[in-house]
Amino acid sequence: MELLISIMIAVMTACGVYLMLRSRTFPVIVGLTLFTYAVNLFIFVMGRLTSGAPPVIGTAEQYADPLPQALVLTAIVISFAMTAFVLVLALRARAELGNDHVDGKQTGESQEDRV
Amino acid sequence: MSHLIALPVLLPLITGVILLLLAGKGFVLTRTVSLVSAGLLVIISLLLFYTASSGVIQVYAMGDWAPPFGIVLVLDRLSAFMVLVTSVLAFFAIWYAASTMDHPAYNLNGLLHLLLLGVNGAFLTGDLFNLFVCFEVLLLASYALLVQGGGQERARAGLHYVVLNLAGSSLFLIAVATLYGITGTLNMADMAAKVANLPAQDAPIVAAAGLLFMVVFGLKAAMVPLYFWLPRAYSAASAPVAAMFAIMTKIGVYSIARVYTLIFGDHAGELANLIQPWLWPLALVTLALGVIGVLAARNLRMQVSYLVIISVGTLLAGLALNTAEALSATFYYLAHSTWVCGALYLIVDLIRRQRQDGSDAIRTGPSLPQSTTLGLMFFVAALSVAGMPPLSGFVGKLLLLQSATTGYAAIWLWSLVLLGGLASITALSRSGSTFFWRTTEVVANTQKASLLPLAAALGLLATTPALALWGEPIIAYTDAMAEQLLNPGQYIDSVLRHTTVGGNP
Repeated sequence: MELLISIMIAVMTACGVYLMLRSRTFPVIVGLTLFTYAVNLFIFVMGRLTSGAPPVIGTAEQYADPLPQALVLTAIVISFAMTAFVLVLALRARAELGNDHVDGKQTGESQEDRV
Repeated sequence: MSHLIALPVLLPLITGVILLLLAGKGFVLTRTVSLVSAGLLVIISLLLFYTASSGVIQVYAMGDWAPPFGIVLVLDRLSAFMVLVTSVLAFFAIWYAASTMDHPAYNLNGLLHLLLLGVNGAFLTGDLFNLFVCFEVLLLASYALLVQGGGQERARAGLHYVVLNLAGSSLFLIAVATLYGITGTLNMADMAAKVANLPAQDAPIVAAAGLLFMVVFGLKAAMVPLYFWLPRAYSAASAPVAAMFAIMTKIGVYSIARVYTLIFGDHAGELANLIQPWLWPLALVTLALGVIGVLAARNLRMQVSYLVIISVGTLLAGLALNTAEALSATFYYLAHSTWVCGALYLIVDLIRRQRQDGSDAIRTGPSLPQSTTLGLMFFVAALSVAGMPPLSGFVGKLLLLQSATTGYAAIWLWSLVLLGGLASITALSRSGSTFFWRTTEVVANTQKASLLPLAAALGLLATTPALALWGEPIIAYTDAMAEQLLNPGQYIDSVLRHTTVGGNP
C-alpha cells in the first residue's frame, strides 16, 4: 500500500507541475488543483498508514493519528478557496486582457505595451 | 495570564468583520472605524513592546490547551518588535487610504484589517501549521487588495502573484507535513527540542524539509531567484496597499530568522545552521539584482519596488552573517526600510496625482502645484533609503557594516552594500531632478493634495529621523533581541514548561 500511495502522489505531483508550467490559465489552474490534491494526500499519509483504525484515542486498541486528518481538513478548505479565487481571477484577466495567456499577451505581440 | 497577546490578532479580525458588514454604509463611518481600530492597534503593540522589553517570554495557550498539543501564541522581543513595526505602518497606510476620497473601493478597509490579522498572527504564533494558516490569511487578503480597483496591469500582475504564491503554499505544506511525519509535532519549540536530538538516519529528510522552508520563505521575502513577481505586483497596486505590502517581504525575512535560529540554529546538532551556506550568496545576488533594477527602472513605483528588493538583499545578508551584532543591525534596518519604503509609495502616489498625465514615468513634464513640499519629502525619503547620514538608513547600514569587518564576508558585504547605496542615490537623484527641476515652465493644472494625505505620508516619513534620534534605546532593544534569538533555550523552556490555567494534562 505504501508503494501504491507514493507512486500516486508522485504521478499527481509530476502532472500538476507540468500543467502549472503551461502558458494558458486553464491548464495552470488544473495543475494547481492536482498539485494541491497530491499535497493533501501527502499530509494525510504523514500520520502513517493504518487501515481499519479509528482516528480517536481511547476507543480502540489501535488508532490512526488524528492530527494529520485535522490538518488535511484545513488544507483542503484553504486550497479549495484559493482555487476558486484563482479561477475568478483568471476569468477577470481573460475579460480585461482579451486572452487567456498567463502573461496577458499572445505570442508575437509586443511586450512593451506598458510603460 | 495576560490576554493582551491575543489582541493584535483579535482586534483586526473583529474590525475586519465589522467593516465587511458595514460595506457601502457610507465612507465616513467605515473610515473612522478603520482608523480608530488601527490607532488602538498601535497602542496595544506599544504595550506589548514594553512588556517584551523586560525579556520575559510570554506564552498564551489558545483554548487553554497545554503545549505542545494546543496552539500557542508566543510573545518574545522579536515578535513584539515586528508587531509594532506592522501596526505603525498600518496606521499611516490606513490614514492615507481614509483621506484620499476618490476611489470607490468599498472593501479596502476591511481587507486591510484582514491582512493585518494574518500578519500579526504570523508574527505571534508559535506553531508551524498556524504559521501556514496565517500566511494564507494574509495572502488571500493581499490577492484581493492587489486587484482592487481593476485594470489590465493589476489583473496581469495579480495572476502571476496568486499562482506563484499558491505553488509556494503547497511547498510550505509539504515541508510542514514532512517535519510532522518525522518529529511528530508542530509546535516550534517542541520541534526545536526534537530536532536537536534527531537520530542520524532521519537527518537528511528533516534537512530536505528545512531547505524547502527556505524556498517558501524566500518566495515571500522576494529572494533571488524568486523575486520576479514583486516589482510588477507592487507597482500595480494602489498606494496604501503598496505601502502595506512593504511589510510583506519582511514576513519572509522574519520567518527565516525565526525558523533558522530556533529549529535549525546553533543547537540543532547535526543540522545546525542548515541554510547558512546558501543564504549568503543568495543575499548578495538579490542585492546586486536590486541595484541593477533600481538603475533600470523607468517609472517611479518600479524604482521603489526595486528599492524594496535591495532592502531584502541587505536584510538577508545580515541574517547570513549570523552573529548577534549582525542580527541586531538587521532588525534595526528592517524597521527603517519597512517604514521608509511605505512612505515612499505614499509620496510617489502624491506626486503621481499632481502630474498632468497622472503617470509616474520618469520624464519631463509640467511642474507640480506643490513641488516644494513634495520635493522636500521625496528628498528626505531618498536620503534615508539610500543610507545617507544623519537618517536611520545610515545608522542601519553602518551597524551592519560594522558587524562584518574581516575576511571574505567584509569584502563582499561592504562593496555590495555601499554600491547599493550609490546606485540608489544615483537613480533617485535622476528621478528627483526630472520630477522637480527639469520641468517645463507651466504649472500642472491639477489639484493640490489636501492636508490629511500629506500628513499621513509625513507621519510615516517622520519615523526615519525618529529612529535615528532614539537610536540608542532602539539599538539596545535589538541587541537584547538578537541575544534572545541566538539562545533559543529560554524560548523552548518557556513554551514547553507552560502550565495552563485549568491545569489540564
